[in-house]
Amino acid sequence: MIAERYLNAAILAIFFVVPAWAWWANEPFTITLMTRAAIFALAAVGLNVALGLGGLVSLGHAAFFGIGGYAMGILAFHAQTVTPVMEWPFVIEGTKSMPVIWLTAIVLSALAALVIGHLSLRTSGVYFIMITLAFGQMFFFFSISWSAYGGEDGLSIWVRNDFPGLNTLQPIQFYGLCLAILCAVLWFTSRLARSPFGLALNAARQVPQRVETVGLNATRLKLVAFVISGAITGLAGALFADLNRFVSPTMFSWQMSGEIMVFIIIGGVARLFGPVAGALVFVALEHFLGGLSDYWLVYLGALLLLIVLFGRGGLIGIVSGREKAHG
Amino acid sequence: MSFILLVEQILNGLQFGIMLFLMAAGLTLIFGVMGLINLAHGSLYMIGAFAAATVAGYTGSFVLALAAALAAAAIVGAIVELVVIRRLYDKDHLDQVLATFALILIFSEGTRWLFGSFPLFLDIPDYLSGPVTLPGGIQYPLYRLFLIVVGLLIAIGLGALITKTRIGIQIRAGENDREMIAALGIDISRLYTLVFALGAGLAGIAGALVGAIQSVQVGMGEPVLILAFVVIVIGGIGSMKGALIGAILVGLTDTLGGIFLPELLKLFTDPATATSVGSSLASMAIYILMGAILIWRPTGLFGAKS
Repeated sequence: MIAERYLNAAILAIFFVVPAWAWWANEPFTITLMTRAAIFALAAVGLNVALGLGGLVSLGHAAFFGIGGYAMGILAFHAQTVTPVMEWPFVIEGTKSMPVIWLTAIVLSALAALVIGHLSLRTSGVYFIMITLAFGQMFFFFSISWSAYGGEDGLSIWVRNDFPGLNTLQPIQFYGLCLAILCAVLWFTSRLARSPFGLALNAARQVPQRVETVGLNATRLKLVAFVISGAITGLAGALFADLNRFVSPTMFSWQMSGEIMVFIIIGGVARLFGPVAGALVFVALEHFLGGLSDYWLVYLGALLLLIVLFGRGGLIGIVSGREKAHG
Repeated sequence: MSFILLVEQILNGLQFGIMLFLMAAGLTLIFGVMGLINLAHGSLYMIGAFAAATVAGYTGSFVLALAAALAAAAIVGAIVELVVIRRLYDKDHLDQVLATFALILIFSEGTRWLFGSFPLFLDIPDYLSGPVTLPGGIQYPLYRLFLIVVGLLIAIGLGALITKTRIGIQIRAGENDREMIAALGIDISRLYTLVFALGAGLAGIAGALVGAIQSVQVGMGEPVLILAFVVIVIGGIGSMKGALIGAILVGLTDTLGGIFLPELLKLFTDPATATSVGSSLASMAIYILMGAILIWRPTGLFGAKS
């Protein structure tokens, strides 16, 4: 058995060593795969704030992933066609600047999370799962019928957006950006979990009545967690769209929501590095099994089933020998 | 915008709603009795459609195809319950969601493996095809009318099964107090398998019936599954009456919204904008309906007050 601390360090080391090797060996495809893993990890770290800390089983996080993606797509589309996003009541121009796009993605997905969370948190348990799934599907159908931005075909962006001082067209530099964001968000969520807010949220997840008794509003705590969670996943969506230089309704699909949740489960719920390990394993499986068989999702399904039925605590739980993540 | 079009669209909405009811009824039954959220219900719908298309391809008989859909979905349902689902009853909702999501992956990709990615076709038999003239001179496809009638008959049969028969009493008792009915000497795990197979069979029948007017393909079940969730949220979990009314409400909103919202907007803006904005709004209409009902009654129209 390996202590979880060392395991986390090992997982993080993979994110530094493998791309460094790929850069040295001139293997840009490996860097792209690692970028994909880092972005998926970021999306899942976002969901883990709601799922792991808040106990909110959201099956609609593709909504925020897609909003982030479309925020990038729409702004960059208007920048490349030199048309304003809107002219009334005030003019908004498109942009190719990543920081502006990220901020837009975070703000818009946080707003969406506020509305969806406000409605969905009126209920709990299995209702919550169904409602978040349904709201995710609402965005999916809306993006399909929104013909101004490609409808079903999606939007292609010709050139990757810019970041001041970097050449983002170099895979390793774009990867560095994604990794830096992932590390910053991991640091933020670890601080969040130990902050007074995180502790109160943890209590609200376990016994909401007790939290109410000491004068805290359990629903509001969960709503804040849901908004933070949505904002992080939205940022991941903007990065994902930039990686592919393409957005389409697929980013809003319910399968996407399911996959983000799968990353967490493979790695381990409510563990800081659970989503990171899960995303890494998912991308590795997708690459290696996907190369062996077109039907690799059958094996993923079987693996997932085994983990849920027999391996509580995900891969980190199995390797570290500690099933429970919550103290 | 004539009276005939209105009647046609109302019938279409009714037909869509009734088919949604067959899905929602199984889901709400399974949740009510076993407390299980089953994402793989859409896979059973797909299995029904594929079984029907295969049998119809070999025998040419639509009745046999429907029987095959019912049997295949119910048998697969029973096997899945025995192998996987019964291990999930005492786990939390997250595990249930993930395990049944894993089942979707296995069923969808497995079906793609066996049948390929191209859609299959299930033909409407000659004696059910063509239009029929309704009172008032309205021409309406006979098959869609058949769907409404069959769906309503199944709904009535299901209602009778639950309220009038011994097994129905056991199911309702299982919803209220599972320890007590186990103590009364009823084999609860057999009852669970039966309820799951019943829900699966309903989904399979729905898949086969709808498969004849749409194409039979991998992934056909999940959009219907999510709409069935909306139905259950609107109607209230565990309520059969809620499922029926919710399903018809969703069917009508979706169908009528797609036709009338663009028309309504044309009164205010130019036709091009009205069509694009209207169709976008129409695609969101049922979710807006769901949101509104949630604000009004968080546990659904007929759900137990928590």
